[in-house]
Amino acid sequence: MAEAIKERASRGPTRGEIRKQIQLPLSEAFRISWRYVTIRLGRSLITAGTIFLSVAFLMSVFTMVAAAKAAGQELDQPTIARYTWLVTMGFLICGVGIVNALLMSVTERFREIGTMKCLGALDSFIVRMFLIEAGLMGLFAALTGGLAGLLLMSAWSAFRAGFSVLGKMDWGWTGQGGGYGLLAYYLLSVALGMILSVIAAIIPAWRAASLQAADALRTEI
Amino acid sequence: MQMPEGLTPEKAEEIQERLGPALEQVSEYVVRTRNLRKTYQMGKVLVGALRGVDLDIKRGEYISIMGPSGSGKSTLFNMIGGLDKPTEGSVYINEVDLAQLDAYELAWLRCRTIGYIFQTFNLIPVMTALENVTLPMIFAGVPEDDRKERGIELLRRVGLGDRLHHKPAELSGGQQQRVAIARAFANDPSIILADEPTGNLDLKTGKEIIGLLKELNEEKGVTVISATHDLKMIDVSDRVIWIRDGVIARIEERSKLQVEAALAVEDALIEEGGNSQ
Ligand SMILES: Nc1ncnc2c1ncn2[C@@H]1O[C@H](COP(=O)(O)OP(=O)(O)OP(=O)(O)O)[C@@H](O)[C@H]1O
Ligand SMILES: [Mg+2]
Repeated sequence: MAEAIKERASRGPTRGEIRKQIQLPLSEAFRISWRYVTIRLGRSLITAGTIFLSVAFLMSVFTMVAAAKAAGQELDQPTIARYTWLVTMGFLICGVGIVNALLMSVTERFREIGTMKCLGALDSFIVRMFLIEAGLMGLFAALTGGLAGLLLMSAWSAFRAGFSVLGKMDWGWTGQGGGYGLLAYYLLSVALGMILSVIAAIIPAWRAASLQAADALRTEI
Repeated sequence: MQMPEGLTPEKAEEIQERLGPALEQVSEYVVRTRNLRKTYQMGKVLVGALRGVDLDIKRGEYISIMGPSGSGKSTLFNMIGGLDKPTEGSVYINEVDLAQLDAYELAWLRCRTIGYIFQTFNLIPVMTALENVTLPMIFAGVPEDDRKERGIELLRRVGLGDRLHHKPAELSGGQQQRVAIARAFANDPSIILADEPTGNLDLKTGKEIIGLLKELNEEKGVTVISATHDLKMIDVSDRVIWIRDGVIARIEERSKLQVEAALAVEDALIEEGGNSQ
């Protein structure tokens, strides 16, 4: 009897198999995430569109301030206050827009998260999948959105104050009169867009992944 | 790819030691529950969905769990499948107490030992039939070529050899449930858990699905446990467990089941439906 049990046990899973299951390769998570983004392209575009617009708005505010400075506008107290207010609004609109879009996109997939848990996905795999997906979308949308905001506002400024303004703007990392230039603000906007996207996706994904599978499956929205 | 934090080679070895032998059919019973209780809190009211269930299910049995709506069938399904934690009592799968398993071991068990089938199919909508079937194999670390081969073989087995690359939305309810069945068998589980697998299907399709489950039960020796309202299930079941208000009301052995009359009527109905097409 003991022999029989031992013999059966030896046909059990090998250590390698267990390790393979548990450390599911990153490439697999990446592939599944990429599929999600491309196959649900319509849905992804709406989410990415929100990120795009949010970052574009923030970047256009930065560009506007830079153009005003280049045009030699006097930065008196009320003007500074107005720009500060605009930048703050820029941050807020950017933040709320992105968080809202990704929260929606994760919440509508709670049931799928529950299903994946039933099929043997580890919580960490599910979270990683959403991290990659949000990171990819955030990166593309923020890069293009920031560029769009920069270009459109530059064009608008040139139209308003003449092309000479463009030459006087601080395009580089630092500004002529101290402070930072547009490149720095562009990177800041992109980073902000991406980080917010990832955080806004990870928090609900982590919540769903750490639910009991039964609860995740039951969730209706 | 690095090992996720918390998992060392020692840990992996430990998982094998604990689940390995158990997975390999040491005991006669695949599923046992002892004094299983689940209480839900709804505001200030406590709902006793399960109030002390003791079950012993043998390897290879086909079990139907029947009972009126709200009697606790789905709750029992969730407890046996390790999808939710009991308030009290224990579930043993292959003599391993589920409460003793950590997250890795539980994922392992869900991946390899149990296949789940749901009333609402729960396929991943963005994936094709084949991708849905191979997903659990990805989680099990099966190499890509083997995954594909086995996925195609399973889909052929359930009669969907010509629907490999269809998305769930492009399949009928019955076909979706077939994909779900193929997916449940992906990693050769020893238990199939089904919660009202025919609940969203018409009479004829439901009967086909039940037939398919029965065939696979006999062919692969897998234990099938199905919560259901569907009296057609009685015919193929080795035992029917009737539950009411969260306790087992009675257990009927197949030999004592008296349902032929009811089933004959249903057969006639299906026949009629088939002829008029
Ligand atoms: N998540 C929950 N929160 C609170 N109460 C719950 C929850 N899930 C189930 N219940 C309660 O537990 C009892 C048993 O529910 P369960 O879903 O197990 O019934 P069932 O037998 O599957 O019914 P049906 O045949 O309608 O699917 C019911 O009274 C239900 O209201
Ligand atoms: Mg139910």
